[in-house]
Amino acid sequence: MTHYPIEAQLHWIVLAPLLGFALIGLAGARLGRGAVSLLGPAAPGVAFVYALDALQALRGAPEATVLAEPLWSWLDLGALSVSVGLRVDALAATLALVVTGVGFLIHVYSVGYMGHEPDGSYARYFAFLNLFTFAMLVLVLADNLVVFFVGWEGVGLCSYLLIGFWYRDLANSDAGRKAFVVNRVGDLAFVLGMFVAWRAFGTLDFARLNQEAHDDGGLATLCTLLFFIGATGKSAQLPLHVWLPDAMAGPTPVSALIHAATMVTAGVYMIGRLGGLYAVAPATLAVVAWVGCLTALYAGWVALAQRDIKKVLAWSTISQLGTMFVAMGVGAYASGLFHLVTHAFFKATLFLGAGAVIHGLAGEQDLGRMGGLARRMPVTALCTLLGALALAGVPPLSGFFSKDAILFAVGVSSVPGRSALCLLAWSAAALTGLYVARMMTLAFLGAPRSAAAAHAHEPRGTMAFALLVLAALAAAGGALGLPEAVAHGADRLGAFLAPGWAGAGHGPAAGAGGHAGLLEAERALMLRSGLLGVSVLAVGVLACTAWGGALEALFEADPGLAALRRAALGRFYVDEVYGAAVVRPLVAGSRLLWRVVDVGLVDAVVNGLARLVGLAAVALRPLQGGLLRGYAALLAAATVLLVVWAARGWFR
Amino acid sequence: MGPAVGLQHYLLVSAMVFGAGMAVVICRRNAVAVLMGVELILNAAALNFIAFGRFVGSTRTLHPELTGQAVAIFVIVLAAAEAAVALAIVLNLYNHFETVDVDQPTMLRE
Repeated sequence: MTHYPIEAQLHWIVLAPLLGFALIGLAGARLGRGAVSLLGPAAPGVAFVYALDALQALRGAPEATVLAEPLWSWLDLGALSVSVGLRVDALAATLALVVTGVGFLIHVYSVGYMGHEPDGSYARYFAFLNLFTFAMLVLVLADNLVVFFVGWEGVGLCSYLLIGFWYRDLANSDAGRKAFVVNRVGDLAFVLGMFVAWRAFGTLDFARLNQEAHDDGGLATLCTLLFFIGATGKSAQLPLHVWLPDAMAGPTPVSALIHAATMVTAGVYMIGRLGGLYAVAPATLAVVAWVGCLTALYAGWVALAQRDIKKVLAWSTISQLGTMFVAMGVGAYASGLFHLVTHAFFKATLFLGAGAVIHGLAGEQDLGRMGGLARRMPVTALCTLLGALALAGVPPLSGFFSKDAILFAVGVSSVPGRSALCLLAWSAAALTGLYVARMMTLAFLGAPRSAAAAHAHEPRGTMAFALLVLAALAAAGGALGLPEAVAHGADRLGAFLAPGWAGAGHGPAAGAGGHAGLLEAERALMLRSGLLGVSVLAVGVLACTAWGGALEALFEADPGLAALRRAALGRFYVDEVYGAAVVRPLVAGSRLLWRVVDVGLVDAVVNGLARLVGLAAVALRPLQGGLLRGYAALLAAATVLLVVWAARGWFR
Repeated sequence: MGPAVGLQHYLLVSAMVFGAGMAVVICRRNAVAVLMGVELILNAAALNFIAFGRFVGSTRTLHPELTGQAVAIFVIVLAAAEAAVALAIVLNLYNHFETVDVDQPTMLRE
């Protein structure tokens, strides 16, 4: 058993952001703006350096090495003992680097973006952002489900705090509350899943769960399904996706970090973390794949109709998360994680680009009031374009390779209903190109459609720096995991991650080797998906420019098409259905309990008791006449009576 | 020589003093007189203690005859403290109502 010096240092990855939170949170505005601007980004920066150290140690170590730092024993209740420990394997190291690296860049960006905030809320913002980084790293580095759940809830809390950051606007705090409540639904399932897992396997430890997983009487299927319901909440999949579009009420860097790059991918990470357990539950994996695919298609469709630039990106995030779940569901864990990483890069780029646009247009988010921004803010336009092309899957940008790997994995998988799933996944990929093209065209091409758009200004300083670095990552991130078809041993991320799931028996797509036939098929698929990405983009741009008039005429001519567009704009009325099916009965039930049970029963009993006491008091009041001598006489008479009663035996 | 003075004689005197004190507390309206009645009641009790200590002392204590006397001293100290507090109350009573008639202050009645 080799020991690595970094193992004793792992806690610094988690501790650095916690210290940042404590310092900024406790001292607040008293620290001064400069100190907050330094400390805030420094916390994830320090964590990033330690995570890099861990990565270096892992790369030099044999395959499937796990760096572990046991910390302390938390609970010891008979058979159940929970320890707190950190655990870094290839998977956790990858995620930790994304969280701290992208997190650091977004902290830096925030220094510029939140510059207009007053000192107090500026410090509050960075304290929350550091707390989020801490919770996310706890989630990533946890070595058992209970600690994982602490991080899982922690990120949910920070998400709530940051969505409602501008809480003076009621809509914002409502959005935060909605995110919190919807996530609770998923979290309940997650907790139940933990109960089932403990009942079935007698452990909550990730390593033991993955090794000892077996599906006796469907218990593994049950608990993985429950975990997946938790993931649909956290990662905004059907049917618990409703909170993510509303979460855009938070500041844009928050949307980039929490609601695109890191927190919402926690569900995907969870499946990767429990890869061995999921591998013995093929039924759950099929559900994961299908839910992911339907979500990807549905969200892509809704994104096509949105007017708010951040909402387009939010729905796009839901759609891309769905794509990741498809990869997890067909057993291509490494491809799913690869897409998670590239998505973190390009979606953060897109959000930061959108943030720059919103910042430059003094708060304008409506695509209909933008236009022509490419001329006013060329750097932003270029960076956003790189992110957009990566999202649309245009070669050779990062998104192309990761999406391609997933499409390939679906094609060669043995998931039930493979051909239908394949078709839907390809359609979702095509939709991506369309809505990206529409968003970019509306925002950056054509003529300015408002005064703000005509006088937009380019971001400067920290914002521009973070945007440029992320855009470069979005463009070149694909180099991490080029497919085997390009060159042997090119899939470095896959080769790094795959040994962690060795023996989990997942699909052939994640395997490193692959024989000649598969490689040939992959080459053909790459050609097709690349062509699809480019052509769909072109169609999208044309539909928004040259064919715009014809398209509009088509919509006017056909009421069915117009209704479809309205439905997409209205998110296919899922929120309304929830309102009618859940919220309104709940409110009605609460009102019933309030009016009838609380007022009619509980209050009546309490008030009745009070009235009884009042009546008794009225009856007894004459006794308390204020005549001191009366009291004394009463006392004496009572004493005499008592004595007589006590001595009654003597008088017989 | 008449009959020897026994416990009953002491108790009789004590009961008479107690009765007198009780009568004063009940009948007098002057607060200071009421306090004097209370003093009589306390002294009747003290007398009882001493009498019982003298005639039915427990054999389990070191100085049986002293036990009652010690309690009597407690009663006297207590009476002094009580008198101090009670006189303060009477003073306040006078300040508020310009009378020491205990029948007058009946504000709490309604």
